[in-house]
Order: sequence, then C-alpha cells, then structure tokens
Amino acid sequence: MSTDTVLSTLTRRGRGQIPMLVTSVLLVVMFAAGSVSYDGFLSGQVLLNLLIDNAFLLVVAVGMTFVILTGGIDLSVGAMVALSTMISAWLVQLHGWPPLLVIPLVLAIGTGAGLAMGWVIHTFEIQPFIVTLAGMFLARGLCYTISIDSISITDPTYTSMAQTRIPLGELFISPSVLIAVLAVVAAFVVLHYSRFGRNVYALGGSEQSSVLMGLPVSRTKIGVYGVSGFCSALGGVLMTFYMLSGYGLHAVGLELDAIAAVVIGGTLLTGGTGYLLGTVLGVLVLGLIQTVISFQGTLSSWWTRIVIGALLFVFILLQRVLTSRRRT
Amino acid sequence: MKLVTGHRLFWPAVVLIALLLANLAFTPDFFAIRLRDGHLYGSLIDILHFGSPLILVALGMTLVIATGGIDLSVGSTVAIAAALACLHISESDDPGSVGTVLTAVAIALGVALLLGAANGVLVARIGVQPIIATLILMVAGRGVAQLITDGQIITVTSEPFKLIGGGYWLTVPFSILLAAAVVLFASMLTRRTALGLLLESVGGNPVASRLVGIRAAGLIGLVYVVSALCAALAGLMISSNVSAADGNNAGLWIELDAILAVVVGGTSLNGGRFSLGGTVLGALVIQTLSTTVYTIGIPPETTLVFKAVVVIAVCLVQSPVFRAKAARRKSGARHGNRPVASKKLEVGA
Amino acid sequence: MRAQPVLEVRGIRKEFPGVVALDGVDFRLFPGEVHALMGENGAGKSTLIKVLTGVYESDGGEVSLAGQTVRIGGPLEAQQAGISTVYQEVNLCPNLSVAENIFIGREPRRFGLIHWAELRRRAAASVAALDLDIDVTAPLNSHSIAVQQLVAIVRAVDVQAKVLILDEPTSSLDRDEVRQLFTVLRRLRDQGVAILFVSHFLDQIYEICDRLTILRGGRQEGEYLTSELNQTQLVAQMIGGELTGLAELADATRTEPTGTSFLRAEGLGRRGAVEPYDLAIRPGEVVGLAGLLGSGRTEAARLLFGADQSDQGTVKIDGAVTALRSPRSAIGHGIAFCSENRKTEGLVGELTVRENIVLALQAARGWTRPLSRAAQDELAIRWIRALDIRPNNPEALIRNLSGGNQQKVLLARWLITDPKLLILDEPTRGIDIGAKTQIQKLVAKLAGDGMSVLFISAELEEVLRLSHRVGVLRDHRLVAELRNDGTLTPERIMSTIASGATS
Repeated sequence: MSTDTVLSTLTRRGRGQIPMLVTSVLLVVMFAAGSVSYDGFLSGQVLLNLLIDNAFLLVVAVGMTFVILTGGIDLSVGAMVALSTMISAWLVQLHGWPPLLVIPLVLAIGTGAGLAMGWVIHTFEIQPFIVTLAGMFLARGLCYTISIDSISITDPTYTSMAQTRIPLGELFISPSVLIAVLAVVAAFVVLHYSRFGRNVYALGGSEQSSVLMGLPVSRTKIGVYGVSGFCSALGGVLMTFYMLSGYGLHAVGLELDAIAAVVIGGTLLTGGTGYLLGTVLGVLVLGLIQTVISFQGTLSSWWTRIVIGALLFVFILLQRVLTSRRRT
Repeated sequence: MKLVTGHRLFWPAVVLIALLLANLAFTPDFFAIRLRDGHLYGSLIDILHFGSPLILVALGMTLVIATGGIDLSVGSTVAIAAALACLHISESDDPGSVGTVLTAVAIALGVALLLGAANGVLVARIGVQPIIATLILMVAGRGVAQLITDGQIITVTSEPFKLIGGGYWLTVPFSILLAAAVVLFASMLTRRTALGLLLESVGGNPVASRLVGIRAAGLIGLVYVVSALCAALAGLMISSNVSAADGNNAGLWIELDAILAVVVGGTSLNGGRFSLGGTVLGALVIQTLSTTVYTIGIPPETTLVFKAVVVIAVCLVQSPVFRAKAARRKSGARHGNRPVASKKLEVGA
Repeated sequence: MRAQPVLEVRGIRKEFPGVVALDGVDFRLFPGEVHALMGENGAGKSTLIKVLTGVYESDGGEVSLAGQTVRIGGPLEAQQAGISTVYQEVNLCPNLSVAENIFIGREPRRFGLIHWAELRRRAAASVAALDLDIDVTAPLNSHSIAVQQLVAIVRAVDVQAKVLILDEPTSSLDRDEVRQLFTVLRRLRDQGVAILFVSHFLDQIYEICDRLTILRGGRQEGEYLTSELNQTQLVAQMIGGELTGLAELADATRTEPTGTSFLRAEGLGRRGAVEPYDLAIRPGEVVGLAGLLGSGRTEAARLLFGADQSDQGTVKIDGAVTALRSPRSAIGHGIAFCSENRKTEGLVGELTVRENIVLALQAARGWTRPLSRAAQDELAIRWIRALDIRPNNPEALIRNLSGGNQQKVLLARWLITDPKLLILDEPTRGIDIGAKTQIQKLVAKLAGDGMSVLFISAELEEVLRLSHRVGVLRDHRLVAELRNDGTLTPERIMSTIASGATS
C-alpha cells in the first residue's frame, strides 16, 4: 500500500467517528464555556447531576440506538415509559403489590410490547414508524384507562430508591445512575461482543446481504424492538423512582429526545453505523443544554427545544455530507 | 355491486356511517340540527366544526404522502402560525380592525411558507429522508412557538379574528366554509391542473418519472409548502376558536391524527395514488371517533386506544403481505403449492 | 473423465405464473473445474442459480451433491451444504470490517463473547491463503468494488465451499482487477473447488473456463469443453439456430436515407459502462444495436438519453454540441427512450392506461399547463386504436395489462410527444408474437415518416429486418458498424459478436 492509500484508508475509516468527535468537542466546549460563565458550574457534582437527571433518558436512548442501527425507528418509547410508571404506581400504590414483583412484570410487559411491534413490522412489512406510532397511541391510551390523574407513590422501596445517595468521594450519585450505567455497559457488550449485536449492524448495513449471508434477519429485527421495549420499560422504572408517581403525561416527547440523542451521538439514521458511546455523549449534550440554560437564568426552558432542533439540523446535514461523499 | 364496494371511498364511508349510527344508538337526537339565533347547531355541525383544522392539515399531509414522503412538522407549524397571528393582533393598537387581522394572517401564512420551503429543500434538494427532515422542525418548532409567545398563553379579543375559527357566516360556522373552500381549492389544484397526475407518478415510480422528464424536486418542494400553509390555516382556526395562542398545546399530536386520517382515507403510506375525498372522510372518522368516545362516556383520553386499533387494522389491510397471506389461507386448501418468491428477489431469468 | 461430479442437477423444472423458466435442465459440475453457464436473457441462468442457492424451490427434478440427493431450503442451507455464491452486486455489509464480513454469523467466541483478536487473526490468514493483500480491519466500503468482490470470495470459500458460484463477478471490474480475480479462481480450482462462472464477457469465458453449459429458453442446449467450441459456434448456440424468415429480409432492406445526421455521438463513453463510441443517426434511419446481454447496448443508449451521465465525448444534435444532462433535457431535444425494464423504469403501475400515455407529454408541459380531460381521452383513444391496445379501455389500470400491451402503451407515451429520435431498448422482449409484429411494422412506418430510430434487440433477425445499419457491441465496446445492404446475414453479425471484428 502506498502512503496515499494508507492515508485515505485512515481518513475513510475515521469518517464514522467524525460526528462522535464533533459531539465530544461540543461537550467539552459547552462545559468549558459554562464553567467560565457561571459560578459553581465547574464541579463534579454538576456533571453527576447530568446523569442523575437523565438516567431514564440514557436507558431509553440505548434501546433506541439498537433500533436505529438496524435502520428502523421506535416512536413508542415515551409512551412506554409513561405506561411503565402508570402500571408501577397502580399495582404498588393501589393494589399493594410488592415492588420486587411489579418491576420484573413491568419489564416483561415492555419487552413483550416491543417484540409484538417488531413482529408486526417484520411479518407484514409495514413501516416501523407507523407501527410504533400505533404502539404509542395504545400505550398512552392504556395509561388513561388505568387512571386519568397522576398516582403518587409512597411505597418505601420506591422512596428509598429516590432518596438514596451513593457517595463517590465527596460527590454522590443515585441508584438510578448505577442502573443506567449498568444498562449501557450491558448494551455495549451485546452490541460489540455478541452475534446478535453484530447482526444488528449487518442488518443496518444491508438487509438483503444479511439474508443472503444466512444471518437470522427476522430474529434480529424483532429482537431490536424487544430491546427497545425493555429499555423503555426500564427507563419507566427509573422515571418512577425519579418522579415517585405514575402519570399518563409523563415523558411526553421523550421519543424525540431519545432520537435526538442518538443522532447527535453520531448514529446514522439510515442504519449500520453508530456507537453506543456516541449515544451516551448525545444524552450528556442534551442534559448539558438544560443545565446551561438553568444556570443562565434569563433564558427560558423552551430554548432547550430550539437548541436541540438546531443541533439535529447540523448533525443531519453532517451525516448527509459524509454519506454522500462515501458514495462517490 | 362490485362497482360500489370496489370504490376507493367505500370503506372509509362505511366506517364513518357506522360510527355515526353508533352515536345515534346512544344519543337519539344525534342527527338533529337546529337553527337558533341564525346559527346552526347540532352534533353533526360540531363534528364538522371541530374537525375542520384536522381536515386542513390532513389535506396537506395527503399530498406529501402521495410523493412517498411524510411531514411530521405540521403540529409545530400550527403552533407557530397561531402564536404569530395572536402576537401581532395583541400588540396592535387596533386589534379589532380587519386590516390588523389580515396582516396577522399574512404573517402566519408567510412564515409557514418559509418553513414549508425549508422542509422541501431538505427533502428534495439535499436528499434527507422526509421523516428525519421534518423531525427537525417538529422538535424545534414548539420551542420557537413558545419563544414567540414568551411561554405565555396570548389571549386576543378581536371580532374579525374570532370569525376564522369560532364565528358564523350564513348560519354555518365559518371554519367549515373555510375548510370546504380549501378542500375545493386543493382538488381543483390537483385535478384541474396536472399536479395530481405528476405527484402520483413521482410517488408511484420515481425512476420511471425521472425517465419521462418530470421535475420531481420542484413538485416535492411544492407539496411541503402546501402542507405548511394548510397547517398554518389550521393554526389560525384553532387559536381563533379559543381566542388564544398556546405554544405548548396548539396542534399537539395533530400530525399523528393527520397521518391517521390519510391512511384511513385509503392513501397508501408508500406514495402514489391519493384521494383527497378519502382524506376528508378519514378526518371526519377521527373526529367522530373522538365525539363518540365522549358521548359513550369513556374518558376522552382513551380515544388513543381506539386510534391505535384503527391504525393497525388499516395498515394490515393495506399491507400486500397481509393480503397475500389472507388470500392464501382462503384458497390454500385448493391450490396448495405456490411459488416461493420473496418480493426483494426479482422473478426472472 | 473425472469420476463423479460434485454437483449434479437432473431434469430441474421451475415455473412462474405464465412462464416456464427452467424446463428439464441437466447440469453437472466437477471438482477442480471452472464451468461457464452461458445464455441470453430469459435463458434461465439466474433461475438455475437461485434454485441451487435455495432462493427458489424447484417444481421438479433433483439436485445431488457428491452423489447424495439434497433439498436446499434457503441460502443458509445451501451454504451449509457447501454451495457458496458471490453475486454481481456485492452482497456483504459495507459498514462492517473486512474481517467481520468474512466471519459474520460464525464468529469465533470465547466465554460466549466474540473473540475479536482471534477473528482478525483468522481473517488475515484466510486472506493470505489466497495470496491477497487486504487490510482486514478496515471497513469494507473503504475498499474498491474489486477488493469487495474478492472479500466475498474469501467469505464464500472460507465456509468450506465445495462449490463456488460466481454470478457476473467481473461486470464492474477493470482489466487488472479481473486478472487478480482470475488468479484467485485458478488457485481455488487447483485446490479442488468446483467453480460455476457466469459472465457476459466471451474473452473471459475462454480465458478461465474449462467447460461450459449453454441454456436457451429454459432448456439445456449442450455441454462442451471450451476448447472444442469456438466463439462463433457458441454465439450461434446461445442465440439460436431458428433463423427463419430470411426470405423477408431482402424486401425489408431499404435504401439508406441520406442527409445530415440528426444525432452524432463522438467518443461518447462512461467508465465501467461503455467504452467511448461514435454513432450517427440520420432522420428516417433505423440503426440497430446488436450484442449479447451485458455487452453495453443499454448503457450506450442511456448516454444518448441523459439517463446516465457520460464522462467523455460529446453529443451533437443537428450539428450543435449539446449537453444531455438529464432525461428532461434529452426530451427537450426531441429524444425519447423506452427502457427494457418496463416495470421498474417505464410503467407507473397504479395509474391508468390514459394517464400513462399522457405522462411524458404532460411532464414536458409542466403541471400548470394541463392537457384537458377531453384532449387526454382523445389521445388515449386514438392511440389505443392505432396500436390495437387491449383491453381498449383507457381507464384500465396499466399493471393489469399483458406485457405486449404495456409495451404499446409506453410506445404511445413517447409517440404523442412527436420525437425526432426514438430509442427502443428490447421493445419486443417477452411479448406475444402478434404484438411483436405490430411493433416491428410500426417502427418501419415511423422511420418511413422521417423519424430516427435506435433499435436495440437481442434478436438478430429482428434487428436485421428493421435496421439500415447495425452497430455491434461486444464486451462494452462498439466493435463494428455493419451496413444492411442486402448481404448482411445473422451469421455475419454473430461472427462479429464472437470475434469482435468485422468479417
């Protein structure tokens, strides 16, 4: 190989990581700018609070990453989170079921719902977005059949999960952060070290090739929606810890945040390329935007949406430029 | 008989009539329309009245879907248009004057035109998938709307503005007339010009369309603009009806209802053939469904469950795979062995 | 000869609704040979390959591997049975690394997790075993198509393939890349792998293949040693010997139109599609393009319509250099093009016959200047009558028409635009004999009225009957232009295709 080809190979290989690189730089710049501008911004706890406040988003975005890597999309995640909070609150608070039974049940319901949507998408070749849209309607609607109002939870297990602080030196995190980090690690291992994970990438790269290479396409495709369903339910459990209530209006628009986090983290919406670490960075960027805006004080909360939209725009254009160059 | 059942509007019409009859069972005077103070009242009028914004948004959505696209940003456009119009009127010295209201409408439609054009450029020129391109505005738009209203609910008192969504004209709610006029205009636009044919061609077979020399980019850009304009009109109606603009809730979920209306109306999400009449019926089905749930006494929020069931049922019926499976089950006993050709692998030599 | 074929197919039959794609085909493949499968469009090559790889289920006959009768249920089963396939379009995942592409689905694992180091080591070893120098850690799409093709072969061989099927692997490779590929194939052959090779390049067939089997119209025409069959005989076998109707040809030969050419291509070419060629068409002239499937006929025509961009040469229309940037600009210059892929590139299936007929004219007018419904009906009815389109209902959905009638609708679509040059790519393929004759007559009449026609067909008889001149393509190159002066025969065209030179 000549130096030229070595160089071009290196840059081409790096191309997949460019968005993630941009995101990392963005994160550092935002944090630096925040630290310079506001007192008390530059502290480890501010960083950890990012995780504490966004643990459920992180878990949901992890599931979304699986789906988007195959080239699909899951619009039902926000509604699944709400449904999970609702079922938890309903069973624990109104029926007195033990949390240790309720939590696995909620996770099973989420996974089952995800698998069911995946099955419909795969078997009947219906676009993922419309199937998961129906899933979203269904899940939100089911919340309201349980109760139209918010149900607060006073169960000691839940309140202790909400209030426990796990010390890290002088700083602290919540149990939810621990669970979210565990979920990220588990998802990372699955994506990079299991055949299922590699099949997810293969499917996103080319479905036809995957069929012809003899990969278990149907199992993989249905599986990613199952993973996403599981992650939404887990996100719902974490949100229940965080909010200490179940409500049909919890997590409205969370699917958009999750998709935004995945895209900002550098995963291609056409599937096949992306990293879980990128998604983590994406979630942190979203969290940091909120933190900066709250530190700033005069900026209103709706700026968060606008900035996220602008970031989405930039990253989608970036993706477009990178993929179109690859083709020529 | 087959001529009737085979007509593309047959099934949407059947569903609508069935829903209306179901209402009749619960409310015997459901079909009654009364004239009071020179205004028409009645459940049917209400359905049309409250369904008008949805009809408008769904109309624009139909054209977008005909090209094989989707527009998720309409809800945000509704909110932005409402916010702009109400802001202009509330800040004006003479909120009651027709001139102020016309300016407000012009501002709202003008901004919507720009938003639609932005979507169109992203999809047709830059080549971003429609669902992604319009997602950007869907996310950012609500923030922009709240920015315009400064997070407040802007209330306005303006008689001419009130007319758009809440007033009466010739005994009929003005919004119904406005929606009817837009429907009429849209069907003229698509069927009296060649727009409809060319859109169906682009959505039905993009490759063949390029080879017959259709300028697809311009057409696709145009439908996103039309969609945004329809959404803006709907936004004006919604805010006029309540005399207020709520950046957070105006037009919330309307994109989903609009997609649903299009699908129920018989236009396939894969693009191609579209039916504006079907979409109007579809929108009325959705609106009637909400009304029905309300009259039966189920919590209105659970309408979502019914909508979900309708979406899945309609999509399954439209899915070629599902049809093939159903047909095979019917005739399988007699014919048995069928060629196993996957749709992705061409049959050929 | 060798004792036992590794793969043997007896009496395979495969039907599709309305078509018998394979009709009792026999085929055998011995270990350590490269065996070519030859045939024109519709001969049944792809169908046979898809039966062998389990994509299609056969309707009759049997397949045996090493003497054992087997039933192949899908691509995975075929692989497990030792039959691996490399397709023309590289069927790997471009986003994964080379190493992963070789091993995906059967990655080495340790403690249940993928053992990446081992995977890379093994991939490097597999690549090295075929004497290739490929960076296995780089993503597949960072390599050229040729290298991707080689990676596909490495994967195919690495699953312990006894039979390797290569379906047009060379169609987008340049000369050096083909040489590299052939080196690998020879090495595999020497290791005892049986290779089934499909290509449209005759030179390549004669360079690499030991034996060949010819299919025509779903039947096996014969099996030969490559050394025993010269290229002319091969082409004759593929195209077929039923050259009837020769008597008519004498009448059909007309005086060549004179005058300045309407369109002139000079050195027009596109890398990987067709080598630079010169071609001129005068008003009233029918120029035929002959050549085997994949010889570059369609590619040459698409450049003249702006459907693909040329990367060298110029087109002159009425003497002026003209850039044909898109179909739209070509249409603006009076050029029309009927694609050979009616379904994917011609019809809009869910529209009616009327709508399909007016589509090109309407596109040219733009959406703001619609044809009135009355004008549309008038046009549709006139052309339905003129071309005898059945059913004669302008509101029928076009996807419900037969192939011949669909083709006539597409012809009508272009004829109402009153083109100066009509490019017809395989207009009579797959349609019934009645419609075929009608279309041929129409072409002759249009030329008589002064239209230029570029007529592409795999049927030499048809090309001869209609054309004033015949351009012959071979291996993506326009090798000869023959004048149809009454002495031109299908045999001469055939030998030109076979030899690549005017005889």
